[in-house]
Amino acid sequence: MTITETAPGATPVLRLDSVRKTFGRDTLVLRDVSLDVAPHTVTALIGTSGSGKSTLLRCANLLEDIDDGAIFLDGEEITDPRTDADAVRRRIGVVFQAYNLFPHMSVLDNITLAPRRVHGVAKKEAEARARELLERLGLGGKAGDYPDRLSGGQQQRAAIVRALAVRPRLLLLDEITAALDPELVGEVLGVVRDLKEEGMTMILATHEMGFARDVADQICFLDGGVVLERGTPADVFGDPRHERTRRFLSRITEAGRL
Amino acid sequence: MTLDKQELYVPSARRIERERYRRARTRRATAIAATSTLVVGAALFLGVVNSPGWQRTRETFFSAEYARKAFPDVMQGLWLNLRLLVVCGALVLVFGLLIAVARTLRGPVFFPVRALAAAYTDFFRGLPLIINLLVVIFGVPALRLSGVTTDPVILGGAALVLTYSAYVAEVFRAGIETVHPSQRAAARSLGLSSGQALRYVILPQAVRRVVPPLLNDLVSLQKDTGLVSIGGAIDAVYAAQIIVGKDFNFTPYVVAGLVFVALTIPMTRFTDWVTARMDRERAQGGTV
Repeated sequence: MTITETAPGATPVLRLDSVRKTFGRDTLVLRDVSLDVAPHTVTALIGTSGSGKSTLLRCANLLEDIDDGAIFLDGEEITDPRTDADAVRRRIGVVFQAYNLFPHMSVLDNITLAPRRVHGVAKKEAEARARELLERLGLGGKAGDYPDRLSGGQQQRAAIVRALAVRPRLLLLDEITAALDPELVGEVLGVVRDLKEEGMTMILATHEMGFARDVADQICFLDGGVVLERGTPADVFGDPRHERTRRFLSRITEAGRL
Repeated sequence: MTLDKQELYVPSARRIERERYRRARTRRATAIAATSTLVVGAALFLGVVNSPGWQRTRETFFSAEYARKAFPDVMQGLWLNLRLLVVCGALVLVFGLLIAVARTLRGPVFFPVRALAAAYTDFFRGLPLIINLLVVIFGVPALRLSGVTTDPVILGGAALVLTYSAYVAEVFRAGIETVHPSQRAAARSLGLSSGQALRYVILPQAVRRVVPPLLNDLVSLQKDTGLVSIGGAIDAVYAAQIIVGKDFNFTPYVVAGLVFVALTIPMTRFTDWVTARMDRERAQGGTV
C-alpha cells in the first residue's frame, strides 16, 4: 500500500496524526485518526452518516478544535494553539454541502470578498480572475446574479469558484453533491474531475462511490472513529479487508449507488 | 428562458374559462368589501352622531375654528419633535448597533465589554422612560457642573438616547443571532477574521432582517420625543396643551394627534418600499 507515499520524501500537504475529537462528554467522533494526503492527489472519505467525515474536514480547517493529536499543513503543525488560524484558513479552500453562499451579495461579490479583503488584491484584478473562473465553470453570465436566482448546481459551482479564487493549497469538499438533484450532480462532479486534472490537492467527503472510485487516488473508510481501511480504490472497493467495509459497500451497492 | 417570438401561442379554452372565473371572483370580492365597508362606516357614523352628547363633543373636540387657531402653534412644536427624532434616531441606531456588537464579541478579553453592554441593556430597558427623563433633566443641572448644559431639550434627548439605545441594541442582537452559523463558518473558511466576518457577512444580513422592528422603535421614539416637554420645552403636544388650558377646548389635542399619525404613515410606507426593493433585487419571484 504505497499510494500516499508516492514520492518518498515529499511532504504531505495535509497530515493527521492520531487526531481525537469529541463533542460534549458523550459523543466521540474521531478516536484516533491518522492520514496523509500527498500533493496533487485526491482523497475520498467514505463511511456512514455520522462516521466523522465532515468533522474531520472541519478540524482540518480549524473550524473545530481537536482534543488530541496533531494536524500538519505542508509539514507545519496547525493545531498548535499559537497558530494563526486565519492564516491557515487562507491556504485552505472549503466547499460546503449547503453551498453557504452569502445571500446578500452577488455571485461576483461572493467570489471577490476574500481576495479583496483578506489577500488585498485590487478590485479589478480580483474581478478579472473571478470572471475567468466563472467562465471556465460555465457560469459566465451569472456574475451579477444573486445566489437565490441560481439553480442548486449553479450555486455549488459558484461556491467552488469562491473557494478557488484565493488559489488554495488544499481544497476540502464536504458532500458537495448531497443537496443536488441527480441531474445536477454530474455538472458539479465534472468540475472536480477537471480540478484533479489541473493537479489540485483535494479531500472530499462523499457518498458518491462511483465517483470516488473514478477520481480518488486514495479511499479512506471511516468507521468507529478510526480510518478502518485505507488504500487505492481498487483495493478498498475490489478487495476490502474488513468485514465492516464489506458490509458498508454491499449496502451501498444494494442502494444502487456503485 | 426567453419566450420564443416565432411561436404563435393561442390561449386554450381552459385558460380563457379560468381567467373569466378569476375576474368574476375578483369583481365579487370587491363588491362585498365595498358594501361591508359602507355598512360598517355608516353604522359607526350614525352611532356617534346620534349619541346624546354629540353636539357638545363636536364643539369641544372637532371645532374647525380652534383647529385653525391651534394649527400654527402645533406645527411649530412639531418642528422640535422632528429635530429631536432625527438627531436621537441617528444616535440610537449607532449606539444600539455598537452595544449589540459588543454583546456578541467572543473571547475572554472582551468579558468586561460584554458584561458592561449586558448590564446597560438590562438597566435601561427596565427603567421607566419618564423616570429616566426626570432624573436626567432635573438631576444633571442640580449637579451644577460647569460646562454641562442645562437645556432640557438636549438633556431630554440624551435620556431618550439612553433608553432607546438599549431597546434597539436588543433588536440588532436578535438579528445577528438569526444569521445561520454556517454563514460565519463560510466566512471564516475564506480566511476572513472574526471582525471582517461580522462586518461583511453577518451584519449586512442581520440589519436587513430587523428593519421592520427597528421602524417600530423609531415610530415609538418619534412619539416619545414629546416627553421632553416635562422640562419646559414646547413640543407639538405641549403647544396643544397650552391652548387647551386657556380655552377649555380639546380640538388642539386632536390636531396634534392627527399630525403625528400623518408623520408616521409615510415613514412606514417608505420602509416597506425599501425592504420590498431589497428583496426583489435578490430573491427569485414567486407568489407564496
